Amino acid sequence: MTIDQISVFVENKPGKLVDVVETLGQNGIDLRAMSIADTSDFGILRLIVDDTSKALAVLREADCVTSVNPVLAVSVEDAPGSLAKVLRALSDAAISVEYVYAFITHEPGRAFVILRVEDNEKAAEILTQNGVKPASGSALQ
Amino acid sequence: MQNYFQPEIECAAPEQLKKIQDERLVQTVRRMYDNVPYYKKLMDEKGLKPADIQSTDDLHKLPFLTKTDLRDAYPYGLLAAPLHDCVRIHSTSGTTGKRVVAFYTQNDLDLWDDCCARAIVAAGGTKDDVVHVAYGYGLFTGGMGLNGGAHNVGCLTLPMSSGNTDRQIQFMVDLGSTILCCTPSYAEFLAEIIEEQGLRDQIKLKAGIFGAEAWSQEMRERLEEKLRIKAYDIYGLTEIIGPGVSFECEEQTGMHINEDHFIAEIIDPDTGEVLPEGTKGELVFSCISKEAFPLLRYRTRDICVLERKKCSCGRTLIKMAKPMGRSDDMLIIRGVNVFPSQIETVLLAYGLSANYQIIVDRVNHTDTLEVCVEMNPEMFSDTVKQIEAREHELMDKLRSMLGISAKVTLKAPKSLTRSEGKAVRVVDKRKI
Repeated sequence: MTIDQISVFVENKPGKLVDVVETLGQNGIDLRAMSIADTSDFGILRLIVDDTSKALAVLREADCVTSVNPVLAVSVEDAPGSLAKVLRALSDAAISVEYVYAFITHEPGRAFVILRVEDNEKAAEILTQNGVKPASGSALQ
Repeated sequence: MQNYFQPEIECAAPEQLKKIQDERLVQTVRRMYDNVPYYKKLMDEKGLKPADIQSTDDLHKLPFLTKTDLRDAYPYGLLAAPLHDCVRIHSTSGTTGKRVVAFYTQNDLDLWDDCCARAIVAAGGTKDDVVHVAYGYGLFTGGMGLNGGAHNVGCLTLPMSSGNTDRQIQFMVDLGSTILCCTPSYAEFLAEIIEEQGLRDQIKLKAGIFGAEAWSQEMRERLEEKLRIKAYDIYGLTEIIGPGVSFECEEQTGMHINEDHFIAEIIDPDTGEVLPEGTKGELVFSCISKEAFPLLRYRTRDICVLERKKCSCGRTLIKMAKPMGRSDDMLIIRGVNVFPSQIETVLLAYGLSANYQIIVDRVNHTDTLEVCVEMNPEMFSDTVKQIEAREHELMDKLRSMLGISAKVTLKAPKSLTRSEGKAVRVVDKRKI
């Protein structure tokens, strides 16, 4: 129901982001989705990758501080208003979203949305009731 | 111009001064031995009896007192006079565990007032002056010290205390303040506002007596130019008495020590050996006329040079140079003593690594403290909100330990210097 997302601490300084991404690239890790939240001092790089455990090992080797969180990934129609529907359903059920980011996949006409909520199980239930099915990790491979 | 408050002491012949010091030292040692069990124990441990101290030539035999002794003996352990004879307390700005409480009898306050009065007169103060005291009042010694000195000279005294800059300047204009007493950084701030408000021509200041923090020759020149005054340095510490342990004369080349009350020595901070005059080392003071809290051979940790050269002002009192550093790692930030070890304690208790860096700077005349720490998995989270909550929790803990606020900056693991040997824990960017 959920997929693993890796978060990496990145100092907000030139060259820091590319260091992390390069490390992953050099080790054959493929990025499926990513986003960055930043403050003036630091950023949090959030990643969905093809091989989570390998990516974690590589990042730890490179002295990065990381964490892994289960997040929801849902496939929605790549059309105006589809994300709004998803968020409205969650909002109506009083589930607040910590953050969200979206990307387009190889599947024509669909987009993926990553959702970080407090209660994954409840959120998944609400989404299913509203006709949106959370994707499993393999859907992103 | 005779700028002396007590010329019989300030310009006394060296042998006469030594005689005063010899007598007072012998009496003080006797009193400490008889009345302060803590001190008696220190002397006994060295196999010393009061009779072993016959003059200042024997001073080097006495044990040193350090801030640790003051802390161990807190609050009454070093009190040498009956508590009912004490009339006031002052305290260092120090933080938990480092706080020092000093006691004063009426005689102690009187002699302190004399010391500060000498400083005010040396800066040109007379009965006709309006002394504007913008040092903090309260437990801090600055405000009350200069206030007492100004009274003693007979000046009209404005006990302004610190802060409320608009009112400070209004009073300066309305009441015609002529001598300003405050920290040099506050003087600089006042100067700036005076300039901004175009009030320089309505300000009658002629002199400033600045202390309680380090300041450079460049800063002196800037203050003298901006405020059109002569800027005098003053030195002191609560443990010894407060401001007025030493003061600058019109020559402005170091501070005359009030030697009838305080004996100064320079020692090698590592061996404790007394160094000859003119050599750089740690400044040590012995109080020889105070009743309540007469510390003997107190190690100030200030690195300094003493010189008894003929001074054009006519004073014979020995001069100390501006302290040029510390023999320990103490920082003075916004007037508060901060030890890196206190910061380290908080960080380690918070589960952070001992690799940290303290950055001190001065922005808009105010000291800033930044603590850079390395992010670790415990503090990390995938949301900014949570990381910031932990950051704020850490800042709260630092504030309650230090008494001042610090900015916390999160750095990548292993990004802070791990130099070969001694790590650079403190970067002091303040230009003084």
